[in-house]
Amino acid sequence: MASLPAASATPAPSASKARGRSPAALILRQLLRRPLVVVALVLLAAILAVAASAAWIMPYDPMKMDILSRMKPPSSAHWFGTDEFGRDVMSRIMQGAQLSLLVGLLVVVVAAVFGTLIGLLAGYVRPLDGVLMRLTDALMAFPDILLAIAFMAALGPSLFNVVLALGIVYTPRVARVVRAAALVVREMPYVEAATALGAATPRIVFLHILPNLMSPLVVQATFIFAYAILTEAALSFLGVGVPPTTPTWGNMIAGAQQYFQQADWLVLFPGLAIVATVLALQIVGDGLRDALDPRLQKVT
Amino acid sequence: MFVYIVRRLAGMMVVMLIVAAVVFVIARVVPGDPAAVMLGSSATPEDIAALRGRLGLDQPLLGQFLIYLQQIARFDLGESIFLNRPVAQALAERSELTAMLTLMSVGIAVIIGVPVGILSAAMRGRWVDQAAIGVAMLAASVPSFWIGLTLIKYLAVDLPWFPVAGYGPPDAGLLERLRHLVLPAIALGIPNSALILRFTRTSMLDVLGDDYVRTARAKGLSPLVVVLKHALRNAMIPILTVIGLTAAVMIAGAIVTETVFGLPGVGNLIVSAVLRRDYPVIQGALLVVSAIYVLINLSVDLLYAVVDPRVRY
Repeated sequence: MASLPAASATPAPSASKARGRSPAALILRQLLRRPLVVVALVLLAAILAVAASAAWIMPYDPMKMDILSRMKPPSSAHWFGTDEFGRDVMSRIMQGAQLSLLVGLLVVVVAAVFGTLIGLLAGYVRPLDGVLMRLTDALMAFPDILLAIAFMAALGPSLFNVVLALGIVYTPRVARVVRAAALVVREMPYVEAATALGAATPRIVFLHILPNLMSPLVVQATFIFAYAILTEAALSFLGVGVPPTTPTWGNMIAGAQQYFQQADWLVLFPGLAIVATVLALQIVGDGLRDALDPRLQKVT
Repeated sequence: MFVYIVRRLAGMMVVMLIVAAVVFVIARVVPGDPAAVMLGSSATPEDIAALRGRLGLDQPLLGQFLIYLQQIARFDLGESIFLNRPVAQALAERSELTAMLTLMSVGIAVIIGVPVGILSAAMRGRWVDQAAIGVAMLAASVPSFWIGLTLIKYLAVDLPWFPVAGYGPPDAGLLERLRHLVLPAIALGIPNSALILRFTRTSMLDVLGDDYVRTARAKGLSPLVVVLKHALRNAMIPILTVIGLTAAVMIAGAIVTETVFGLPGVGNLIVSAVLRRDYPVIQGALLVVSAIYVLINLSVDLLYAVVDPRVRY
């Protein structure tokens, strides 16, 4: 499993309002200038739309077995073929999209909430910095997949536990980025001014520092989303993730292993779904990082 | 340098102490009684009580942790519940395969990542560069188990060039063993080559913009000499770092790859332990792999001084 690319800890410049455009509009404009990012955004939007509307657009009931149609190759009736129980692979991939994206999204929420809190505390409340950073160092000393497996071994296989385990795994990465950015922002004159005006620490942290950390946070969140999907698939494949009866993309590949040699579409299509989603997220993440950090535009 | 090494080792000990605490806690967050979970529903209360005593679960939590630390200090990782032998022995028996697989995978990732990264940086902005970045992103997006299954299908079943699974018969020679590791190493190496490629490219781009590279070019040196002799040497630090990190990541990545290819390595042992809830093995493996991970990071840092004479501690 690849490591997460480092998001820049530099907060986004906020001089854009001077020209009458919101920072979001400018970032979007920067993103849309890159054809590859546009393709990735369209692909991601399509995947999200399919996942959101799966219940209405699925051609078949993904759980309905049809023994007479088992292991049929892709055809006009079943675009992605059928599995060993005659279930429509395309419908199962659509349902799997809901679950895999949901896991990715929830992992991002868990890691972003806890990582931001820890990072802000470490970056602003200096006495806590040492303790919190040693804790994140220790958690980052475990490879992602291994730590996730260990938590799953303790917690047992379930969707909630996968989210919890991956949330814990990725929290230190968010905490590191947020802390680094908070250390920069806390020295800014406006934070100093707020302190001089007697603002309370929570007000400074959440009202003045946090909004200026959103750029690195958003970039990191995009990559975590991508890697959470990959790691969830790996956990499901190993049989320690979401229970096998739930059709996540990883479970579909794991279940198809023994039939793969006669029916390669059973592995091919769920795999392509993972690759397309993760690739699109990575390209968007890269684009966001470049758009939010002008220094990187010069390097890459 | 000596002071730096001592300081880093001390820092590493602190991190490992917290790692040990995390490993200890993980086995204690099991819902219900860990001994009952490990033995399953058919266990009698006597069996559960005996296992609780054997694992020290009847002691207070702090006492359990201290016992655990003492055991680690003696390199005693406990006894496997299902294998009925020391965890350290079980890990050692399977470590050769995992080490070889990791080394081969690192080799493949480096062979792909470093030259393509250099080429990409040297041809910045051209189609070769764009293609390399695209391929790197694609490689990083593909699950290693999916690559593994695809390789088995096309290069072991349809074209029987490589063994489908396993590590060969017990009396197999080194070459036969290595042949069994080719496909797993490719499956593990390809996704990890992406990170090496991207770091190599970024690191080379940083260096290629430096004054001394411009001077070398102005002296009329060939582009090949400028890139490989002048730029690459100074770009090596980040590249070495990422190779070290990738090697550490691959040890864990082997968990998935060994399962796909049915290789009896440490990864396979971990998955079996998780499925059987053999917590001593899970704890031992977590501790050993994270220690290797931390040690590789330390070694990479220390290598800096060797590779770059400007680095002084």
